[in-house]
Amino acid sequence: MDRVERPLSPHLQVYRPQITSVLSILHRATGVALSLGLIVLVYWLLRLASGPAAYAQTQALLGSGLLKLCYTGWAFCFFYHLANGIRHLVWDLGLGFENNQISLGGWIVVVFATAATLVFSLTVIF
Amino acid sequence: MSLVTPLNRVLGLGSAKEGTEHWWGQRLSAVALAVLGLWLVIAVAGLESFGYASVAGWVQQPLTSVLLVLTILTLCYHSQLGVQIVVEDYVHAEGLKITMLIASTFVHILLAAVGVVAVLRLAFGASV
Repeated sequence: MDRVERPLSPHLQVYRPQITSVLSILHRATGVALSLGLIVLVYWLLRLASGPAAYAQTQALLGSGLLKLCYTGWAFCFFYHLANGIRHLVWDLGLGFENNQISLGGWIVVVFATAATLVFSLTVIF
Repeated sequence: MSLVTPLNRVLGLGSAKEGTEHWWGQRLSAVALAVLGLWLVIAVAGLESFGYASVAGWVQQPLTSVLLVLTILTLCYHSQLGVQIVVEDYVHAEGLKITMLIASTFVHILLAAVGVVAVLRLAFGASV
């Protein structure tokens, strides 16, 4: 079937990034990243269940410096997705839809996720 | 005259064949994970070390085993629902989309099975 190549909406590239749109796509991006992290979590448990010798090998692998950076990234994804998920649940209750509330909630989520990631990284990962 | 059968009228489902199950499942698992996920992160942060004895001893505690199994199952469910939405929204080639949805479903079921078996194996003290 011939299709006329009509312009599609929305033109993402012409919009100025705003806290609402940036945090919205970040929720999806962190969700996908956490899905990948789930593979590592399950692998960790699988190797743990495979006994001390197998686990020791895995511990050397999973404790490497590069992966520690990944854990920091996953920690941010977790805290962000958690806080922003709660923000979504509040919206589902029909609350907090005023412009200033949307913006304030967004910044609270960003600050919380950043602070929690810092604390978790410094105390647990490194 | 309506051609909708009485059963379908009661179910409230039109030609879409499904209603709000996906949306509701995502919200329900989100509420569960707000608790379970936070528990997991705090518990892992509280581990004495990431050595075998420390981690295995933690997993083998009955409460930990139960919460871990619930967390793994809920994570896999929630993750599958989320990845499904992302694929449906951004992958427009029909064949690739279906393939990715099938692959994602299988991988999530595999992760759930492996995770639960790993925890139960430790919980029931299989000798390794």
